[in-house]
Amino acid sequence: MIEVRNVSKRYGRVEAVTEVSLDIKAGEFFALLGASGSGKTTLLRMIAGFEPVTAGQIVIDGQRMEEVPPHLRPINMVFQNYAIFPHLNVQDNIAYGLRRLGIAKPKQAEMVNEMLEMIALPGYGSRRAHELSGGQRQRVALARALILKPKVLLLDEPLGALDKQLREQMQLELRLLQQKLGITFVLVTHDQEEALSLSDRVAVMSQGRVVQVDTPSALYDNPGSRLVASFVGNMNFFAGRVGKTGPKGADVTAEGLGLVQVRADAVPDAPFAKVLVALRPEKLHLCLEKPAGDSNVVAGKLLTTAYMGERRLCFVQIEGRAEPVTVSIQNQRRAVSEDLAQGRAVWMTWSNDAIIVLDHQ
Amino acid sequence: MSKLFSSNAANRSLFVYAAIFSVFLYLPVLLIPLFSLNSGIYVKFPLDGLTFDWYLELAQRAPLRTALYNSLQLGAVVALISTALAVPAAKAISRYRLPGIRLIVGFMMLPFVVPALIFGVALLALVNRFDVTLSLVTVAAGQIVICLPYAISTLLPRFDTYDRSIEEASADLGENALWTFWRITVPTIGPGILASLLMSFTISFDEFYMAFFLSGTDATLPIYIWTQLRFPQDFPSLLALATLILIFSFGMVLASLKISGLSQSIKNRGTK
Repeated sequence: MIEVRNVSKRYGRVEAVTEVSLDIKAGEFFALLGASGSGKTTLLRMIAGFEPVTAGQIVIDGQRMEEVPPHLRPINMVFQNYAIFPHLNVQDNIAYGLRRLGIAKPKQAEMVNEMLEMIALPGYGSRRAHELSGGQRQRVALARALILKPKVLLLDEPLGALDKQLREQMQLELRLLQQKLGITFVLVTHDQEEALSLSDRVAVMSQGRVVQVDTPSALYDNPGSRLVASFVGNMNFFAGRVGKTGPKGADVTAEGLGLVQVRADAVPDAPFAKVLVALRPEKLHLCLEKPAGDSNVVAGKLLTTAYMGERRLCFVQIEGRAEPVTVSIQNQRRAVSEDLAQGRAVWMTWSNDAIIVLDHQ
Repeated sequence: MSKLFSSNAANRSLFVYAAIFSVFLYLPVLLIPLFSLNSGIYVKFPLDGLTFDWYLELAQRAPLRTALYNSLQLGAVVALISTALAVPAAKAISRYRLPGIRLIVGFMMLPFVVPALIFGVALLALVNRFDVTLSLVTVAAGQIVICLPYAISTLLPRFDTYDRSIEEASADLGENALWTFWRITVPTIGPGILASLLMSFTISFDEFYMAFFLSGTDATLPIYIWTQLRFPQDFPSLLALATLILIFSFGMVLASLKISGLSQSIKNRGTK
């Protein structure tokens, strides 16, 4: 549906987007995830046509977009601040794009009412923009775009201005809406949780480049780089060096963990290559008694814990590593804090398939 | 009052200063309506008697009606054109980062500081040089230059506080630049446009120098008043006329200030 081919954007000497290529499929919920300044909004604005591309091509629905101004592109956008027209009421805001289509007034009113039903704001037609809450504005911005039945809907940080509870509710509604309408959604966000929970695929951007494009679970379980691994979820990193490689797997000596076994194809071919061993906090198990067996066990001292509600983060100091290791445990019982006294001895275990091996950079 | 005078000496002298200031500023203005109701023709106390005859007498004067008509027409044209020119100018100043923008703004605001007398003479020389016949058209041209800085500074705060993304949203919803301007920009800055129209009209209506130098044989209201000042017997009628103009101008300026505070935007811009 949207093909981005080697697109770059320069402002003077500053390169905001560098040689980005993406292929967004029809009906897909696609997220551009990145910190501020990563170029994700610039890329979205180039797709919308508000910024010309410096180099490369954008093709939407088979049509090249270089010469197509924003008002003629088959896409609509929900702006970050919603950009509700302040001088019009809700009804006129939603009907705004219908004038050009030459739709008769009664038909327009009918379409607007359908939209108001869809966004669960029936009877709000005569309200003014300043009489709406943040969530209501967001819905109006959605309705105003969707009434034109675009092939693609662009969303620029649409939930950023909402408080947490409303944000979660709107996330669910957005997902359901997209599934119902089957329209391609392209979402820009800096919130990794939002990107993971909403999208079919996520492109992680950093410093103007797309670092990895994958499904949320692939991004989480198989990050391709330290950058993606640390941006999506939490991660413990251990410097490591590849040792003996055999048919069953490769040995890697990891700082603080000792010898770990990983799949042979996960490590670089060069002998004694430097690698980075990564372990998610929830893939480590915390034991209060010394477990049986010697492999995949490391002893440590509990520094402190952080209570997060459904889980608890434990920070464990181990020998041979300056920073503490983060271990996440589920709070399945109530109040176990007396077991987790500061300074007590603990053991961490893990299974080999939880280990992610990354380039040492 | 007693509270005011009981406070310390510095405050008291400030109060005296403010009182004298107000008297100098407003007493002569207040005398105009007062003497316009005097039945004698000389401006002196005590008043000879109360009369509305001078106001009635105004209605009999055909040249006055012509001058009034000229001034209204001129004011309308000047207001429309200077506002039409000021809208894109204000938008550009507020919106785009142009090289040398402060120089350009300074140039546009020049009529604020150049004495109108000098400016009128200069324009007259220019107009003669190119053999243009003096008429209300040349007056309008001169007055537009004078009105532009006022119109721009009235509109600027509107554009400064205006969220640009609503224009992008309009484009995104399928409207081209012209329709976006009509459906989004104009209604959003509407009060500013109205204020600019009122302000320019008022300035044109009161303006003397351009009208004096550039008008040829078509007198505007200020020119008419000036030519009538020679005849003492006409003076009370002029006072009556001045009273009407005073009320009218006051209302216009008040309305335009109310709509859009002629703000410090120019001052702000200088320090940016």
